[in-house]
Order: sequence, then C-alpha cells, then structure tokens
Amino acid sequence: MFELLGIPPQVLLGQLLLGLINGSFYAVLSLGLAVIFGLLNIINFAHGALYMAGAFVAWMLLNYLGIGYWPALILAPLIVGAFGILLERTMLSRLYHLDHLYGLLLTFGLALIIQGLFRNYYGISGLAYQIPDILSGGQNLGFMYLPNYRAWVVIASVLVCFTTWFMIEKTRLGAYLRAATENPTLVGAFGVNVPLMIMLTYGFGVALAGFAGVLAAPIYSVNPTMGEQLIIVVFAVVVIGGMGSIMGAIVTGYMLGIVEGLTRVFYPEGSAVVIFVIMAIVLMIKPEGLFGRPA
Amino acid sequence: MAMADNTTSTQRVEQTAGMPTLHKVIFVVLLIGLIALPFFAYPVFAMKVMCFALFAAAFNLLLGFGGLLSLGHAAYFGGASYVAAHAAKVWGLTPELSVLCGAAAAGVLGFAIGSLAIRRQGIYFAMVTLAFAQMVYFVALQAEFTGGEDGIQGVPRGELFGLFSLADNMALYFFVLIVTFGGILFLYRIVHSPFGQVMKAIRENEPRAISLGYDVNRYKLIVFTLSATMAGLAGATKSQVFQLASLTDVHWSMSGEVVLMTLLGGMGTVFGPLIGAGIIVTMQNYLATFGAWVTIIQGVIFVLGVLMFREGIIGVISRWLKKPL
Repeated sequence: MFELLGIPPQVLLGQLLLGLINGSFYAVLSLGLAVIFGLLNIINFAHGALYMAGAFVAWMLLNYLGIGYWPALILAPLIVGAFGILLERTMLSRLYHLDHLYGLLLTFGLALIIQGLFRNYYGISGLAYQIPDILSGGQNLGFMYLPNYRAWVVIASVLVCFTTWFMIEKTRLGAYLRAATENPTLVGAFGVNVPLMIMLTYGFGVALAGFAGVLAAPIYSVNPTMGEQLIIVVFAVVVIGGMGSIMGAIVTGYMLGIVEGLTRVFYPEGSAVVIFVIMAIVLMIKPEGLFGRPA
Repeated sequence: MAMADNTTSTQRVEQTAGMPTLHKVIFVVLLIGLIALPFFAYPVFAMKVMCFALFAAAFNLLLGFGGLLSLGHAAYFGGASYVAAHAAKVWGLTPELSVLCGAAAAGVLGFAIGSLAIRRQGIYFAMVTLAFAQMVYFVALQAEFTGGEDGIQGVPRGELFGLFSLADNMALYFFVLIVTFGGILFLYRIVHSPFGQVMKAIRENEPRAISLGYDVNRYKLIVFTLSATMAGLAGATKSQVFQLASLTDVHWSMSGEVVLMTLLGGMGTVFGPLIGAGIIVTMQNYLATFGAWVTIIQGVIFVLGVLMFREGIIGVISRWLKKPL
C-alpha cells in the first residue's frame, strides 16, 4: 500500500470518514439554524439542547414504549418539532418586535432549562442506544473497514439536506418562504399567513435538530451534554459559511467536518480548535462569510 | 443599538461633569456597608460576590453602554484567573502583580478577539465571541500550564507588596474590596466621560455616529478591550481568593451567568450588575446542594427576564424614581 506523507491510508481514510460524519451533523444542524435565521432572524441557541432532546426522545420511545429506530427516526423529529412550535407560540413570538439579541438570550435560557432537566433525570453518564440490526456490521472495502451505520448517517444526512434545499429553492412553498424572508409585510399583504409560516419554519428547523439527534444516538452515547459542545462549533460553522444561503450552510458543514478530520491525522492537537482558527481567518479575509452576502 | 431599548428617556439625560449626588451617596453607603460586612458575614462569600460584581459591571460596560452582546466573556475572566494563578504560584509574584498580570493578559486577549469580532454585528458578533471563548476553553483544557481538568490548585495568597500577608481572610477581604471597588469606580468614570458619551451614541445609532465622523470600529475595539481587561481583573482576583483557577471559569456557562447577572440587575444601569451579581451568587450558594436545579432555575430566570422583565431590578426602580441609577 502507498503512504501519504508517512500516514497509512487506513488512518487517513478512517479519519476522513469520521470527519465526514461530524460534517453530516454540522451540515444538518447549521441548515436548521440557517432556515430559522432566514425567517425569524434569531439564532436558536436551544438548537444543541433540542438535538440532545431528539436523541433522548428516541431512547425513551425505545425503552418506555418499545418503538424502534426506524419509527423513531420519524416520530422523534415530529415530537421535537411540536415542542419547538410550542416554544415559538408561547415565547419567541412575543419577541419579534424587539432586538434580535433578545431571541438569542431567550433560547439560551431555554437551553439551560432543557439540559438541566435531562441532567436531573438521567445523570451525565450517558445511555446506550443499540444500532438497528439491519445496519450493524460493516463492509470491508479492501483498503478500509466501513461500518454500515456510519455510511447510513452520511447517506441520511445528505438526503435530508438535499430534500430541504429542494423544498426551499425549487418548490412553490419554498418560494413563499424565500419571499417572506425578503419582505414579510408584503408577502402577508398578498394573503399568505406569515405567522403560521414562521411557526412551521421554526418547528421544521428544530425538527432537523431532533433528526440529527436520532442519527447520533447509536454513535455517541445519549447524554445531556451531547449538544452543548457541538452547538458552539456549529455556530462557528455558521459564521464561516454565512447564513445567507441554504446550500452554503450545507456545503460548509461537510467541508469543515472533513477539514477537522484531516487535521486529526496531521496535527491531532489542533483538531479541537481548527474550526475556530478557520473562523478567525475568514473574519479577516471575508467577514460576511464564504457564502454570505455583504452586510 | 436597540439592545438597550429599555433605558428610559430620563436615564439618557446623564451628566458628563461630576457624579450626581444620589450616586455619590449610594457609593458611600455601599463602601461603608462593605467595610462592615466581613464582621457579620463569611468573608470568602462576600469576596466572591465582589469579584462577580466587578465582572458583571465590566460586562455591562460592553452590553449596557456599548450595545455589544458578548457571549464569551468567560474567556477573559477565566483566562486572567489562569494567568494570575500561574504568576503567583510558578513565578512567585506578589498578589497585586499577579492580579495585574491576569488583567493585562485578558486585555491582550480581548484586543485580539475584539479586533476580529467587531467585523461582524449583532447576532454574528455574539456567535463569534462565543466561538473564540470556546477556543480558549479548549486551550485551557489541553495546554500544559493550565493543568487540564485539575486546573491550577493551591495558589499561594502571598504578601501584598511583599510586606503584608494576605493569608488571613480579613486581610485578603480588604485587598479584594479595594481592587473591585476601584474597578467599579473606574468603569463608572469611563461611562460618564466624553468617550462614554460617544459609545452611547454608537449604541443608539451607529450609521449616524459614522456620519458624524467617529471612527466607530476604533471605539468598539477600545470598549471591548477595556471590558475584557476589567473582566480579567475580576477573574484574577477571584483566583487569589479561592487559590484556584479551573475550567469552570472559562466554560461557556460562565459567560451565560454574567449575562444573566446583568440582565437581572438591569443592563445599562450603574448599580444593576452589582445587584444582579449579588442575587445570582447568593442563589447559587443556597441552592448548591440541589445540583442541576441551579442550572434550571437560572434558565427560568433568563426566560422570564427576557419575556417580561427586560429593564431589570434597578431599571424598574430607576423608572419609579425617575432618576438614572
């Protein structure tokens, strides 16, 4: 086998795969943030907590109701999305007339509450969630071993990202959404129910976080703190990509996951901070973000 | 910036020259109370409150008067506490020099992060500051001198100017009182200076401040650096009190706590952050045995504060009295 800069290809490809999986989560989460930001102009700090809630809902469905992975993949995002709609109706909608920073502070508080509640009842040691039978095991590709579930995570996230992109950019509903992003008053004047659209958009963005949580449940242990570190990295991803474009959020997510994986091969100590360093460089060169529009 | 939309019009009429009598009276009463306090209350607890009061006041300089929401102030608070602890323990510096080292380090860090963060506004600014603070957290977790999960423990309290031992809680209390009270008065002076007036002008209407010829970014960077330095002073002092610098001080939840203190007390007010810090620290003290409930209660206060109590405690009192506090 050939070696690249003294790194055996198994190691390189293994880390690339890990990076791609992290990138899948970055992409789905930053996509949700971008969708919400587009219409509501708030950054949903509770996104990480709701991602964690998605994983917990899947775990609870299995352990309390005996509902397995596949139904949970649909049900958990729906439950989390419904919870999100509740939050939007009762709290967030009261803040739209204020500075958008209040929305950030409110969701910050919500994140503390959600995380605290799960920590109270489930501790911080983490709960195991079995990989569904059909996806256990893996493929020997000759040059590396590919666990089936990890391949599924990448495929599922790409599918979800593509579907979301298609819905927003290519359908009539998406056209309304984009129009409302540009000018909600005018769209409302044309008879579109904008508050309903805002509510459903928040629910959908949050459901994406819940979906990512279910995907993550079998890989990482289901843990109340699983969202908090991730969401801050996703914020950096969002700053790097800029939230102007849906495709931008997706591409940046995967790209940074891969960059992080590569860093782990060549300079392991830097892998935790590489995304923040990239953020600093982007802020110096193109402050509006790679795909962002100049402010 | 509209962040401070809760400041009433009476509050905006502020004098540049001299301190209003009411403020003088409050500061004097506060000082007398704080001198008497350690004879009645546990000094270490009182010192903790004072450190957090300075931290919140420094944060309020940025949010309340500069209109800039930083979600990463733990980086300066905690970063300074590591540097001060290292200076006292490894370099063997005296307490006042260790604390100054910590504050200076926080200032440098604040300048570096601030110069990048001010390139974005509003929500992005908050996210950038949070992300860089997380980077500082990872560095603190992995670097050699910070001691990883253990932190820097057993920091010697040393001798002030090499003369007076601060090992006794009472002696240390008055050192902390002078540092934090001085810091708060310094922040007060900045807010009520011509520089502070320009800052408020930028907060209220940035495009207009630009059109009036102010170099807005320079002002923002200065206020960010000042705020980081004073937050660092608070963190450095805290590391001397508890003889410890740990990951708690650089964690993002610490950044959240200082936002909460400022919001609860009343952002954009002089005394709000002090009250807010007092309440939150007291609450943590009494609820410490309930574990995760502290986080939940803090979250609830956050949510309720944002939804219906955006003026904060001092903001409401100030509106009743029709006087800026």
